[in-house]
Amino acid sequence: MIEIIDMALLLFMVGMVVVIIRMQSLFAVVMLTGIFSLLSAGLFTVMDAVDVAFTEAAVGAGISTVLMLATLSLTTKQEKASGPEPVLPMLVVLVTGGLLVYGTLHMPSFGDPDAPIHQHPLAEEYIEKSPEKVGVPNMVTSVLASYRGYDTLGETTVVFTGAVGVLLLLGGRTRRRDGAEEDQP
Amino acid sequence: MRHHSIPRITSKLLIPYILVFALYVQFHGDFGPGGGFQAGVIFGAAIILFAIIFGLKEAKRVVPPRIAEIGTALGVLLYAGVGVASMLLGGQFLDYSVLAHDPVHGQHLGILLVELGVGITVTCVMITIFFQFAGREKAPE
Amino acid sequence: MSIGLFNYWIVIFLMMSGLYVVISRGNLVKKIVGLNIFQVSVFMLYISMGKVRGGTAPIVGEGTEIYTHPLPSVLILTAIVVGVTTTALGLALIIRIQEAYGTIEEDEIHAQDDAA
Repeated sequence: MIEIIDMALLLFMVGMVVVIIRMQSLFAVVMLTGIFSLLSAGLFTVMDAVDVAFTEAAVGAGISTVLMLATLSLTTKQEKASGPEPVLPMLVVLVTGGLLVYGTLHMPSFGDPDAPIHQHPLAEEYIEKSPEKVGVPNMVTSVLASYRGYDTLGETTVVFTGAVGVLLLLGGRTRRRDGAEEDQP
Repeated sequence: MRHHSIPRITSKLLIPYILVFALYVQFHGDFGPGGGFQAGVIFGAAIILFAIIFGLKEAKRVVPPRIAEIGTALGVLLYAGVGVASMLLGGQFLDYSVLAHDPVHGQHLGILLVELGVGITVTCVMITIFFQFAGREKAPE
Repeated sequence: MSIGLFNYWIVIFLMMSGLYVVISRGNLVKKIVGLNIFQVSVFMLYISMGKVRGGTAPIVGEGTEIYTHPLPSVLILTAIVVGVTTTALGLALIIRIQEAYGTIEEDEIHAQDDAA
């Protein structure tokens, strides 16, 4: 049953990506990207990564779509019509895809409990010992905030740096009610 | 967008519940899916919805941009402050076991404060970025 | 019925489509969209490596014994947030480019740079 939902979601996403490549109206492309993020959130839920699904739905289908629409309102809404599909990017993409598929041939099949990732002692540490050592039922939160707290500090700093960057780039010209522009110092 | 009555009335009903849900996700991140990032994004999304429906000027009265900018730094400061506090109490940087009388309680306290810091930063970052994007005037052609 | 490796192959197809959009299209907003598609499919590749058939989400509860591995979730959570920061900065740059050059098509920008 899970496999059917999995394949259905993946096939929907494939169809959506093919349309995104060909479409020229940027508004429709941004909306389809929002739907793509929502479908991927559904896929993450099917694969039991509920925290990731939560974040992807909020961030991908919410914030990213809003920011892209704001950008479209400040720039153009149509892509320039392009000629025939260029050959070199298609060749690069096919060769890279072929190499990646060749690389996955030795991977354990999807959902295998004997995969090497589950044999590593770290899995036992996180799954069996963390509820006693840290006392928090959600293993993802305990790993994120306690075992790997330093990485999360780095990530928070990256988010802060992003805000600083946007303030530097866009902090100048603000909209005034009477239409005149004002440059902030 | 004030004259569209359906979005206006619906969002007036929904925005308080979105804010309460964001608080729930923040503090129940230990027991179910959730945590600082998700809560911060949901909180920011509620303010963005308010700004879209009721106008940027009203939203800037609710959350002044200076407060949002200060909030981005405050969350990171709280996070690093927990780390320095655990160093001052005798442990290593970000070692939560020394924060309370018992290592497990120390971990709980540490995770709570750290997720709060992350939540505050992500909320204020989302609000700041949206205010900058939406407040920018379109360049003359 | 087991899927075997089909999951990975479809995810690789999505990854390559995202890469194709980035390298072949000239419009800058579409490049950012392609980058987002690429990022999401990389996340799907990582998360599908941690799943255990018959397991549940990694939250300790009563009645469950087998859990999916929590570590890929943690890594991808960080990656998603970093990805949205990159997207926001890229879009801010696109707004400034539009104001400086009057267009966001890559070949027109290069033509203006070469003529100047």
